[in-house]
Amino acid sequence: MTVSPPAQPDARGHFGRFGGRFMPEALIAPLDEITEAWEDAKADPTFTAELARMLREYANVPSPLYEAHRFSETVGARILLKREDLNHTGAHKIRNVIGQALLAKRLGKPRAIAETGAGQHGVASATACAYLDLDCTVYMGEVDTERQALNVARMRMLGAEVVPVTTGSRTLKDAINEALRDWVSTVDTTHYLFGTAAGPHPFPAMVRDLTRGIGDEARAQSLELLGRLPDVAVACVGGGSNAIGLFTGFVADEEVRLVGIEAGGDGIETGRHAATITGGDIGVLHGARSYLLQDEDGQTLESHSISAGLDYPGVGPEHAHLAATGRAEYRPATDAEAMAAFELLCRTEGIIPAIESAHALAGAIVLAEELGSDATILVNLSGRGDKDVHTAAQYFGLIEEPVVLDEGTEE
Amino acid sequence: MSAIDALFERTRVEDRAALVGYLPAGFPSKELSIRAIETMVEAGVDLVEVGLPYSDPVMDGPTIQAAADIALAGGTRVGDVLDVVKASAATGAPTVVMTYWNPVERYGVERFAADLAAAGGAGLITPDMIPDEAEEWLEASGEHGLSRIFLVAPSSTDERLAMTAEAASGFIYATAVMGVTGQRDQTSALAEPLVSRLRKVTDKPVGVGLGVSNGAQAREVAAFSDAVIVGSALVRCLLDHAGPDDALSALRDLVVDLRAGMER
Ligand SMILES: Cc1ncc(COP(=O)(O)O)c(C=O)c1O
Repeated sequence: MTVSPPAQPDARGHFGRFGGRFMPEALIAPLDEITEAWEDAKADPTFTAELARMLREYANVPSPLYEAHRFSETVGARILLKREDLNHTGAHKIRNVIGQALLAKRLGKPRAIAETGAGQHGVASATACAYLDLDCTVYMGEVDTERQALNVARMRMLGAEVVPVTTGSRTLKDAINEALRDWVSTVDTTHYLFGTAAGPHPFPAMVRDLTRGIGDEARAQSLELLGRLPDVAVACVGGGSNAIGLFTGFVADEEVRLVGIEAGGDGIETGRHAATITGGDIGVLHGARSYLLQDEDGQTLESHSISAGLDYPGVGPEHAHLAATGRAEYRPATDAEAMAAFELLCRTEGIIPAIESAHALAGAIVLAEELGSDATILVNLSGRGDKDVHTAAQYFGLIEEPVVLDEGTEE
Repeated sequence: MSAIDALFERTRVEDRAALVGYLPAGFPSKELSIRAIETMVEAGVDLVEVGLPYSDPVMDGPTIQAAADIALAGGTRVGDVLDVVKASAATGAPTVVMTYWNPVERYGVERFAADLAAAGGAGLITPDMIPDEAEEWLEASGEHGLSRIFLVAPSSTDERLAMTAEAASGFIYATAVMGVTGQRDQTSALAEPLVSRLRKVTDKPVGVGLGVSNGAQAREVAAFSDAVIVGSALVRCLLDHAGPDDALSALRDLVVDLRAGMER
């Protein structure tokens, strides 16, 4: 398989003017350690073979590329789905966590910590830690532990300790703060298994390296299936890991448009959204310069989205750079648009998508209208929607009482 | 010579370490934060750190987080922080702002430096801004005669210590522990070796902070540093006492205890 070289950040982790390391000095040496270890690991055939084997045997990677005929007919363009929903634990997240857990082993760290919004990255982390015999602690905002009791139970079943975070807004950004506070105190024994392509260098580049299989596979699969590349590659953007994983495979193919779909929530104009690039400004959050939702004083604002996995006021710096250079476009899809796309995929293909991924589908529907029936649109179906059944059932009015057992498991 | 340089000149002559006290602006209210600063300077604090309350303080433990939350809930803005700086500087104690980076970047680095200098501020302590990223700040601080107080940590390599010390002015902030702000029962065994590693690469003054909460600990730290930095313990005085009079007298007592501990 031929793969395009990824855009490398500079030595200090900058993608153009974005990225870098805005972190307490205490964490700089550990970040340097990870940077070096990751460079070594990538160049070590034993490590890469081991990682490839685990992804293949355990995570069910490579995921198939699937032509969604009935969905295509309805939306009026040819739609290909990269089926990350079929991976173990039900999303692209497993690629990142297995890679980082294996790196933690290589670094000799017996413990991993992770943040999670509603539990998806937490469940993936707990899974990888069980698989690779690491102690695992997951920080989760108290608001989310209450909304996502089932995922809390999943993580605990897998042997992880789940710590409810009671500071700040008690959601994902505060879980990241608390994980960083743990890490600065325990860094000798602990790896921070960061969940998306954001944060300080080397996380954006490392997570990108780990998720780029999505795009590399999809590129080869497109050539095999179509004899050519798609016209557009579309992915949802929370912190940015699935989107950067998809985009990296195509970034050198200038004829392929790259479109990231952000969570538009109630609509950008309402201020209640999580569309960081579309509706935010440049600033520094969680260790990197990028776009973020902030007030006039640079205080972080709370984001809003029906999709917990997109509900983050920041975004990875490589996306900021791709937006600034114009190589990728970023657009919002509202809660309502995402849920309409969610329903359409259920009904036409028998696939329940993650609500995150439904945002990408909503973006594809708009692109299909714009481009017409000759267009081929590749959509990253980043995850499956089992976790979202409760949210969706409530949204569509399919149940009267909350189903306690399946209480909100979205992320 | 900057106000901070003059202070360290004086404490050197007096053969003692300086006492640096931290309180967030706007906590518990703007007015009381000013009175608290005046109180601690009267009682013996030599240099004031005014905290700029921030929504995501990753280097702070529960005490300072709680104070920042109260200050933000009370509507504290960057302009209020500068007002508090002005009042603090009026006491005669050199006053610096301790702030996470994003509020400065948002305000505009050059504009922040100009307004801080105009308010009588002497510099910035930047817990999440390392010299590697500080180009704009190095320039603006130079222009406005502000000290740039960077942090070093027990995990810093010798190379980074030298680089950071070179970029710093005023003093260098040595964090005594691997961890966040907050009181600790014992002074850290990591602090002294860190300070001696620093002494090999710089003769700039070194302040030690994180965890110091009483006179006995201050004495230990003063024995090998140029400044003892106290934060959470001072904040606690204001958190634990509902009435302002009680809070301010607890604050005064603590500062007196710290200074007494530091007498050589
Ligand atoms: C299925 C799925 N897609 C997308 C995301 C968003 O994250 P990212 O932008 O890092 O891909 C999540 C996050 O939890 C997710 O679970």
